[in-house]
Amino acid sequence: MMKELFPMKQVMGFIFSLVLTAVALMVYFFDMSFAVGMTILLVTAFIQAGLQLVLFMHAGESEDKNAIYITIYYGVLIAIFTILGSLLTMVWTYQIQ
Amino acid sequence: MEFFERFAIPHPSPAIYASMVAIAIVSIAIVVGITYFKKWGYLWREWLTTVDHKRLGIMYIIAAILMLFRGGADAIMMRAQLSAPENKLLDAQHYNEIFTTHGVVMILFMAMPFIIGFMNFVVPLQIGARDVAFPRLNALSFWLFFAGAMLFNISFVIGGSPDAGWTSYFPLADNEFSTSVGTNYYMIAIQIAGLGTLATGINFMTTILKMRAPGMTLMKMPMFTWSALITNVIIVFAFPVLTVALAMGTLDRLFGTHFFASTNGGMDMLWANLFWVWGHPEVYILILPAFGIYSEVISTFARRNLYGYKSMVASMVIISLLSFVVWVHHFFTMGQGAFVNSIFSITTMAIAVPTGVKIFNWLLTLYKGKITMTTPMLYSMLFIPLFTLGGVTGVMLGMSAADYQYHNTMFLVAHFHMVIIPGVVFAMLAALYYYWPKMFGFMLNDRLGKIGAWIIAIGTLVAFMPMFISGLDGQARRMYTYSEASGFGIWNMISMVGALMLAAGFALIVYNIYYSFRYAPRDIGSDPWDARTLEWATHTPVPEYNFATMPKIDSYETFWDSKKKGTPLFPDKIEKIHMPNNSGIPFIMGIIFFMWGFSFVFAMWIPLIICTLGIFACMAYQSFENDHGRYISIEEIEETEKELGGKR
Ligand code: HEM
Ligand SMILES: [Cu+2]
Repeated sequence: MMKELFPMKQVMGFIFSLVLTAVALMVYFFDMSFAVGMTILLVTAFIQAGLQLVLFMHAGESEDKNAIYITIYYGVLIAIFTILGSLLTMVWTYQIQ
Repeated sequence: MEFFERFAIPHPSPAIYASMVAIAIVSIAIVVGITYFKKWGYLWREWLTTVDHKRLGIMYIIAAILMLFRGGADAIMMRAQLSAPENKLLDAQHYNEIFTTHGVVMILFMAMPFIIGFMNFVVPLQIGARDVAFPRLNALSFWLFFAGAMLFNISFVIGGSPDAGWTSYFPLADNEFSTSVGTNYYMIAIQIAGLGTLATGINFMTTILKMRAPGMTLMKMPMFTWSALITNVIIVFAFPVLTVALAMGTLDRLFGTHFFASTNGGMDMLWANLFWVWGHPEVYILILPAFGIYSEVISTFARRNLYGYKSMVASMVIISLLSFVVWVHHFFTMGQGAFVNSIFSITTMAIAVPTGVKIFNWLLTLYKGKITMTTPMLYSMLFIPLFTLGGVTGVMLGMSAADYQYHNTMFLVAHFHMVIIPGVVFAMLAALYYYWPKMFGFMLNDRLGKIGAWIIAIGTLVAFMPMFISGLDGQARRMYTYSEASGFGIWNMISMVGALMLAAGFALIVYNIYYSFRYAPRDIGSDPWDARTLEWATHTPVPEYNFATMPKIDSYETFWDSKKKGTPLFPDKIEKIHMPNNSGIPFIMGIIFFMWGFSFVFAMWIPLIICTLGIFACMAYQSFENDHGRYISIEEIEETEKELGGKR
């Protein structure tokens, strides 16, 4: 009975998101190169966002599950294309040349 | 007096003063007319406060037609100026202003509302819904679009029009080179209208995903609804880029930032990049609903179900992804080098493939079809060859090495007019003829309609084919004149003739509306074309609740099946219907947004702050208002249904 009522998943998720925050904070407190710091921040940020969406905004819990996930994947894909493409045309190409 | 000097036009001419007087007279005449006929109450109750998707759709379409004539007047002026070498009709500054407003008005204030208008009118009917998911937001979308459009349109009589092209490239669009408030109008008017469009995108995505009639799975949706779904997905992901770019441009012009400046660490090329990250998906936002209309019209008048339904859907899904990865083809010449250009050349050619698949599907639908050549069908038949001309030249432009020759010449101008006019404009005219009886209860004259279609099609060819030639000969776009020795004169003269034919064709459409209003019979029933989709299953005029009971869907063409096999489409008993109430808030917010934009354009900060507070006050009011809508009682529904000829 207790077990069914207790939101185990949510509590674990909450602890995990605290851990992620702590890891991200390391970038501030420890000395590391820009590249390493940025990598840590980006990775923790995206895991954090995913966690919030799935666990706390209940993305997967309604009948619209598929529509929600497809639009999220679609949006992520387009964001990646746009950012990488813009970097390629506006920045990287001039560094290679 | 000093205060008012800012509203003066920096570069006046007698024509502009004449327009000022004309605008003043027409506005006064409208106000007096409405007052005289005591129509204010009717206007407010039935139109200004409406949240009904059908009425909003009609208002979008009326606005689009008005803007078509505004943009058309610009076009005739440009063609007249270019019709002979060294012509002195317009000077360089006026020419710049006119091609800028022509582009913005035609794309954002003509094509977009036309499309969104038909989406509003048709989509809820096609999916068997009572309205869109968020009716009040829908009204707000319309009024934001309208406020933006009106703000943009007053620029030429108050403060001066933008003159940096519809693409408004920096650094030309920055304060240094564009000193009048014109480009402020561009940034802010498009911003306001764009917010409305973004809201439409969210609204229709939700509507189509959540509000389909029982039994209508995604793969049983009519093709126009599919195209609307994909279009709105593209809107939701493309328009935020425009929003951000315009906000950055506004900051540069009014608050001294340097995002797009060529100095102080700014990057002018970034504007071009962001503009086209939105801009290329935008051309697919325009063309996909047009494709949807053609699919409906062709299958109705070929009396066959659409060939290759699944491949139609698949090609649209692929287009929706590919349309986001080709934008660099608009600036191959900007210096990013052969490697980057090659990547985007390949993606550009790839997008022609799903487009081609759709063309073949229409051809195969026609094959073995029993074709009835009505006006909408004629437009669809003229679309296929003409659009192909535009598409093929697009592939030519997509080859980056070759594009160094074509870029920014009249060849490019010919390309995009040959895709947009046969693609989008023909589709909207086809839709106008096709849906007119559903909207207004009588049909437009078919003979006049066909004559108009031929004039417009031939006019399009005469106006734009010569540009391919003069462009290859080196005539640059956006130049207000050219020398006699260049030899461009003859081609531009021919173009002028074509432009006049187009004008005549559109005038004939207006005459047709008048003629049919006077003489067309009114007893046409609710399904005059013997069509296949649900919007024809309800009465004409469509009652406000659309369907007395929910249709039961079990195939892609349930209405057709019910006509042919007699399967019951509306098996349920009538129950009371829950409908949203009208609201004045969207209209009032539109007015405040107009004043907000106007204050912003002229950097009048105190009115701007007051308007901003007004906008938030409206939103707060809306949030706290306790409005649960209203119910239409069974008796009332039964009465309406009886009046309209019995329950379906
Ligand atoms: C077959 C698919 C198409 C291809 C391969 C294609 C390719 C291109 C390319 C490469 C350019 C840039 C050329 C230059 O600036 O030198 C261009 C410009 C343009 N295209 Fe297309 N296009 C296609 C379809 C369309 C459609 C369907 C539309 C609109 C409904 C459209 C509207 C435009 C517009 C408005 C411009 C010019 C924008 C400007 O610079 O003002 N195109 N196209
Ligand atoms: Cu493009």
